[in-house]
Amino acid sequence: MAYTEEELKKELETKEYEYGFYTDIESDTFPKGLSEDIVIAISQKKQEPEWMTEWRLEAFRIWKEMEEPEWANVKYEKPNFQEISYYSAPNKKPKYNSLDEVDPELLDTFKRLGISLDEQKKLAGVAVDIVMDSVSVATTFKKTLAEKGIIFCSISEAIKEHPELVKKYIGTVVPRKDNFYAALNSAVFSDGSFCYIPKGVRCPMELSTYFRINQAGTGQFERTLVIADEGSYVSYLEGCTAPSRDENQLHAAVVELIALDDAEIKYSTVQNWFPGDKDGNGGVFNFVTKRGICETNAKISWTQVETGSAVTWKYPSCVLKGDNSIGEFYSIAVTNNFQQADTGTKMIHLGKNTKSTIISKGISAGQSQNSYRGLVQVNSRAENARNFSQCDSLLMGNKCGAHTFPYIEAKNKSAQIEHEATTSKIGEDQIFYCNQRGIDTEKAIALIVNGFSKEVLNKLPMEFAVEAQKLLEISLEGSVG
Amino acid sequence: MLEIKNLHASVEDKEILKGINLQVNPGEVHAIMGPNGSGKSTLASVIAGKEEFEVKKGSIALEGEDLEELAPEERAHKGIFLSFQYPVEIPGVSVTNFMRTAINESRKARGLEDMPANQMLKLIREKSEMLEIDRKFLSRSLNEGFSGGEKKRNEIFQMAMMEPKLAILDETDSGLDIDALRIVANGVNKLRGKENAIIVITHYQRLLEYIVPDFVHVLHDGKIVKSGTKELALELEDKGYDWIKQETVV
Ligand SMILES: Nc1ncnc2c1ncn2[C@@H]1O[C@H](COP(=O)(O)OP(=O)(O)O)[C@@H](O)[C@H]1O
Ligand SMILES: [Mg+2]
Repeated sequence: MAYTEEELKKELETKEYEYGFYTDIESDTFPKGLSEDIVIAISQKKQEPEWMTEWRLEAFRIWKEMEEPEWANVKYEKPNFQEISYYSAPNKKPKYNSLDEVDPELLDTFKRLGISLDEQKKLAGVAVDIVMDSVSVATTFKKTLAEKGIIFCSISEAIKEHPELVKKYIGTVVPRKDNFYAALNSAVFSDGSFCYIPKGVRCPMELSTYFRINQAGTGQFERTLVIADEGSYVSYLEGCTAPSRDENQLHAAVVELIALDDAEIKYSTVQNWFPGDKDGNGGVFNFVTKRGICETNAKISWTQVETGSAVTWKYPSCVLKGDNSIGEFYSIAVTNNFQQADTGTKMIHLGKNTKSTIISKGISAGQSQNSYRGLVQVNSRAENARNFSQCDSLLMGNKCGAHTFPYIEAKNKSAQIEHEATTSKIGEDQIFYCNQRGIDTEKAIALIVNGFSKEVLNKLPMEFAVEAQKLLEISLEGSVG
Repeated sequence: MLEIKNLHASVEDKEILKGINLQVNPGEVHAIMGPNGSGKSTLASVIAGKEEFEVKKGSIALEGEDLEELAPEERAHKGIFLSFQYPVEIPGVSVTNFMRTAINESRKARGLEDMPANQMLKLIREKSEMLEIDRKFLSRSLNEGFSGGEKKRNEIFQMAMMEPKLAILDETDSGLDIDALRIVANGVNKLRGKENAIIVITHYQRLLEYIVPDFVHVLHDGKIVKSGTKELALELEDKGYDWIKQETVV
C-alpha cells in the first residue's frame, strides 16, 4: 500500500516512546525538599565518614548562594528544587553475586530495553555496573578486574573502601563552586560509579554503566570519578534510557576524569532519556558537568551520542594541563519535536604542544533547537597549541533550528586554531534516490543520518555503535516531511 | 512489460507530459530521444513514481499491474530501476553499504532473508569486474566527489547488482569517454534478456551504436511525435531535432 507523507507522519507520531515504561520496585524515598538536614540524612543513610558529610554540607552552602544559570540557548520552566525528593533507593538492598538473585522485574526491564544482563554478560569483556535509582544493584566481572588491581564500584562503596583515593580526587576537576548544578550535585549526589586503573595497567575490557531514572519526581544526582594512573588505559561506557513520564525530571550529574602522566581515558556515552512527547510535554532535564584533566602526555576522548532529554545542557571538557596532552570531543546530538539541546565542549590548553580535536554533528528535526557551543582557550604559557574543530548540522524540515557558537580565546601567538562549519538539509532528491533503489523513506533517513554521523559513530566501541545507530533511528521516527 | 496509456503529468500546474503512449515488451530495448526540455527525464521520474509530479490523466502498468497506487520503493521492489541523469550525493554512505541496504530491502519486500555476506561479496566482485570498477571506489561515499563518468558507471554498477526487470537509463552516456561508454554499454547488454526490457534515454545516437535499440521514439514537447526503428536515430543525427519540430508544426 502506498503511503503519503502525511499518513506516514501520523502513523509514526502515534508510536509511543519505545522505552516508555517503568519498573515498579519498592523503594524508600525521602520527603521532598532540600535543607542541611536532608544533606546530612543522605550522608548518614549511606553510612559515609564525617569528612564526606562535611564536604557535602560545604557544597550545599555554596549552592544556596548561587543562581541558576540563564545563558544557555534553551527555554524551560525552572525546576522547583523544594519539590524534588533527593534520595531513593531500591528496598531490596543486598548485592547480588549472580544474575539469578536479581529482582526478576528489573531483569525484565533490561530485557525490554534490549540490553539484558544475559546478553551483556555474553558480550565479550563488558563489566556492567547498573545504577538504578541511585544505588548499584549489581556489579559483575569484578573479580577479573580485581586481579589487575582495577577498582570499579559504586562511588558509595569507594567512599567506604577507598577513602584515600576519593578524598584526594573528588572535586579536583569539577570544584563544588564550579557551577550551580555541580554544587547541587556535590551536596546531594546519591550514587554513581568509581573507577581506578593502577599504574601501567591496560583495562582488559570496556567498563560500562547503565543509568536509569526510575522513581517519579526523584532527581538524579550521579557522581562519577574515573582515575587513570600513570601510563594506564581505560575505555568507559555510559548509557541510559528512561521511562516516559508526564512531569519533568531533573538530572544533574557530575563526571570527573583524571588522566595522570601518559594515561588515556576514552569515555563514551549513549544517552536516550525521555525527550517529552510530540507536543513537548514531559521529558528529562539534563544538566551535566563533565570534565577531564590531562597531565603530561595524557589523552582524554569524549564520545557522545545524545538523543534524549527535553532540555540538554552539557559540555564535556578537557583541561590540557600537561605538556603534549591531547583532548578529543566527538559528538552526535539529535533533537526532534520540541527538544532543546545546548551542548558542546571546552578545550582548555594550558600545557605546551597540547592538541585538541572537536567533531560535532547536530541533527535537528521537528521543531527542535540544536545548539553547539564550543570554547577553545589557549593559555599564554601554552606554546604550539593546536585545535581543529568541525561542526556539521543536518536539518530535517523547515521548523527546526541549528546554531553554532564557537568561542576562541587564544593568548599565545603560536596557537593554530582551525574551525569548519557546514549546514545541510536532507533533500527530497536524496530520499527519492534511495526510494528508487527500494529503500523506504524511514530507512533512507536512517541511512543518510548514519552517513552524516559516521565519523563519530566510528569512534564508539563496536557494540555501542550498533546500539547508537538504533537510537538514532528511533529518535528520528516521525520526522519525515 | 510496460504499458503507458495517454499519460499526462504536471508539476506545479505546468503540464509537462501531454499524452504519452508507449508499449515495451519483454526482451525489447527502446530508445527515447528528443531535444532538451522535451520531458524525457520527467517521463523517467513519473514511471519511477516521483511524487513531485502529478499524474493528471492516463495510466502506467507494469506486467499488467497499475502503478498509480505504488510508492517509489514499491515500484523498485517490482523491478523498476532508474539510472539517474544527475545522481545525488549521500555523504558518509559507501557504495557498498548503499547497495547492501538496497538489495536487502528489496529482498525483505519479497519475503526473503538478507543476502548472506559471502554471496553479497561475490556479487559485488563479479559486477565490479564486469564494469571494470576499482573496488576501492566502492568504499567511497556515494557519488561524493565522483566525476561525471564515475557517477554514470556507478549507476550501471547498481543496475547490474539489482538485476531489474525494467531499466531506464537517463542520459547514461553523457560524461563518459569512449572507452567508458564501451564498458558501460557492454554491462547493459549483459542485462538484456528475454525477461528484461530497457529504455535508453539519450541525446545522441552514439550510445545506440553500442546498445542497439529495437525501437526509437522521439519526444517533443511532452509527446512522442515519431517512432521507428534504429534507423530513425541516424536520420535524427543527420537532420537534427529542428526537422522533427518542423514536422510536428506541419
Ligand atoms: N520540478 C520541476 N519543476 C518545474 N519544472 C520542471 C520540473 N522538472 C522539469 N521541469 C520542466 O519540465 C520540462 C521537461 O524537463 P525534463 O523532463 O528534465 O526534460 P529533458 O529530460 O527532456 O531534458 C522542462 O521545461 C523543465 O524545465
Ligand atoms: Mg533529462
